[in-house]
Amino acid sequence: MSGHATYEFKNPVVRWIEERLPIFSVIRGQAIDFPTPRNLNYWWTFGGIAATMLVVQILTGIVLVMHYTPHVSLAFDSVEHIMRDVNYGWLLRWLHANGASFFFIAVYIHMFRGLYYGSYKSPREVLWMIGVIIFIAMMATAFMGYVLPWGQMSYWGAVVITNLFSAFPVVGETIVQWLWGGFSVDNPTLQRFFSLHYLLPFVLAALVFLHIWALHVVGNNNPDGIDVKSEEDTLPFHPYYTMKDLYAILIFFLVYLGFVFYSPWYLGHSINFAPANPLSTPAHIVPEWYFLPQYAMLRAIPDKLGGVLVMFGSLIILLFLPWLDTSKVRSNRYRPLGKIFFWLFVIACLTLGIAGSQPAEGAWLTVARIATAFYFAYFLVILPLLGKIERPKPMPATITEAVLSKH
Amino acid sequence: MMKKILKMLATAALGFGLMTGPALASGGEQKNAPDYDFSFEGPFGTFDRAQLQRGWEVFRQVCSSCHSLKYLRFRNLAEPGGPEFTVEQAKAFAAQYEVQDGPNEEGEMFMRPARLSDAFPSPYPNEEAAKAANNGALPPDLSLIVKAREGWYYPWYISPFIKLVKGNGGAEYVRALISGYEEAPHGEEKEGLNYNPYFPGHWIAMPPPLAGEDVEYLDGTPNTIEQEATDVAAFLAWVSMPKMEERKKIGFMTLLYLLVFALLMFMVKHAIWRNVKH
Repeated sequence: MSGHATYEFKNPVVRWIEERLPIFSVIRGQAIDFPTPRNLNYWWTFGGIAATMLVVQILTGIVLVMHYTPHVSLAFDSVEHIMRDVNYGWLLRWLHANGASFFFIAVYIHMFRGLYYGSYKSPREVLWMIGVIIFIAMMATAFMGYVLPWGQMSYWGAVVITNLFSAFPVVGETIVQWLWGGFSVDNPTLQRFFSLHYLLPFVLAALVFLHIWALHVVGNNNPDGIDVKSEEDTLPFHPYYTMKDLYAILIFFLVYLGFVFYSPWYLGHSINFAPANPLSTPAHIVPEWYFLPQYAMLRAIPDKLGGVLVMFGSLIILLFLPWLDTSKVRSNRYRPLGKIFFWLFVIACLTLGIAGSQPAEGAWLTVARIATAFYFAYFLVILPLLGKIERPKPMPATITEAVLSKH
Repeated sequence: MMKKILKMLATAALGFGLMTGPALASGGEQKNAPDYDFSFEGPFGTFDRAQLQRGWEVFRQVCSSCHSLKYLRFRNLAEPGGPEFTVEQAKAFAAQYEVQDGPNEEGEMFMRPARLSDAFPSPYPNEEAAKAANNGALPPDLSLIVKAREGWYYPWYISPFIKLVKGNGGAEYVRALISGYEEAPHGEEKEGLNYNPYFPGHWIAMPPPLAGEDVEYLDGTPNTIEQEATDVAAFLAWVSMPKMEERKKIGFMTLLYLLVFALLMFMVKHAIWRNVKH
């Protein structure tokens, strides 16, 4: 797929550099000529969209840091300073705050796409696992970023999440104090969260580089889940997919910027416009929407340590997915049972999201427990078994055949 | 047109919400604020200058005796997108307040009349003083109150849609709260607390701030309690989001630009892929 393409460049300067660092042939080979399956649908545009959101977050974040002050007595004021006194500060702040949400929207769709079309299966296991690590790293980044404005939900979210680590026996208390840098969530906590919130996006960028590298070694999966057999199955990345991705990015931005300009705090919490107050606990402490499914799993388990293990387990289990799914067929297009259970899994995740937004009591607690059980059963029971009992539909021999049979 | 469609959607959504479960409404004991059609709602809504100017009078003559407004600077009063007083008017307002400055050459702190660059001075020197003067209750700063409070709570399956169309109802909450005090239910009176159905938990330390005819409106608007409450809620909405008009204006142009760009890209994409079966 990748190989080292040899190109003859006419421009003498380009040739001179190329002989010393083959950067032009890499760009030509990987970003322009890179053979890409011809049948990718619009679900495949979300990888590029997610990468674009990371760039938006880093650029807006770097400028916000020029005006933000990471100190418990100044952080909230400095955010209001950005909102009121910095030229277009309100725009930077809302681009960044909503950018986090839309980064997660893109990544969640990207992950479900990989799940549906079996993009994690051989030979793409490492590609998938790097993706899972990116997901976990961006969750940590987003959590710490939400603490920085130092509003009520920032503060109490930090208290609840850091306290989770106290559930671990023997070392729990020590870990929590080490995270806090003291005996409560306070200035040292805010400052280290700020430092890490600035560091982790660059780690993310490096991981994304590895993710794309792994992608370019094994090549794209595709909606039919069939290996590329010949050149006729593929199209050069440019202009076919560069232009298609750009079009998709623009549509995505229309929605994203619609929120930025017309409902900038719709996805947040009103109470976070009140400054952090350690003496007054908000009535409901809930994380940002993108953590609600994990939050529901945490609270579904009556035991604190159990809840923490289940919550982290729900992420770690994704690393083992390539070996838990025993089906030889990648795409759910050809898996009649796999398709049904995939959609049940999507419903379970959405249900967990709703349950996470409600107080953990009564019927919602039961719902959260059932959905949590299904979440784990999907990976540990259903996917391993389905591969053995399911009869896949007949598959076309090549991508070209699949494409032509549609027309 | 857009506003009309949104309003219809809101009404439909609200009707559905009311039909299916007022009993289910969560969020503690708190009565939903009545919806009010503020001029700044909707994608093209702007502030009503005269209303913000009236609201400013209500704030400074009534609210400011207990509440601070620390993120408002006097210069903001003359900036575009707000009450848009003239710079002279804003200077004159500032000059009526004293702020602490210093230290001077002798090392002493001193008081001087406020300037345009000064923040609106707080009524109390610190939180403890504010509590001591108010029976132990702290009057919150009002700079962000409209964004920090919500006016209505609906069941989970309808709330996200109502809030997307109508917002969180912070301005409606302020309006309903300060004009919506009621007699405490018989035999349930609480010492030093007042009954207000719109306040979470119903018992609020703040005594009714408005009675009607609290301020003299120079523009001849009748100074009823509802009018005063509405005006000051609008004023505080502006203080919470002073860049709202700029935001909506830039937003409209940005989305229009993106829409045209996306249309062009669609045509580019279509032209490139036209002869490829995929």
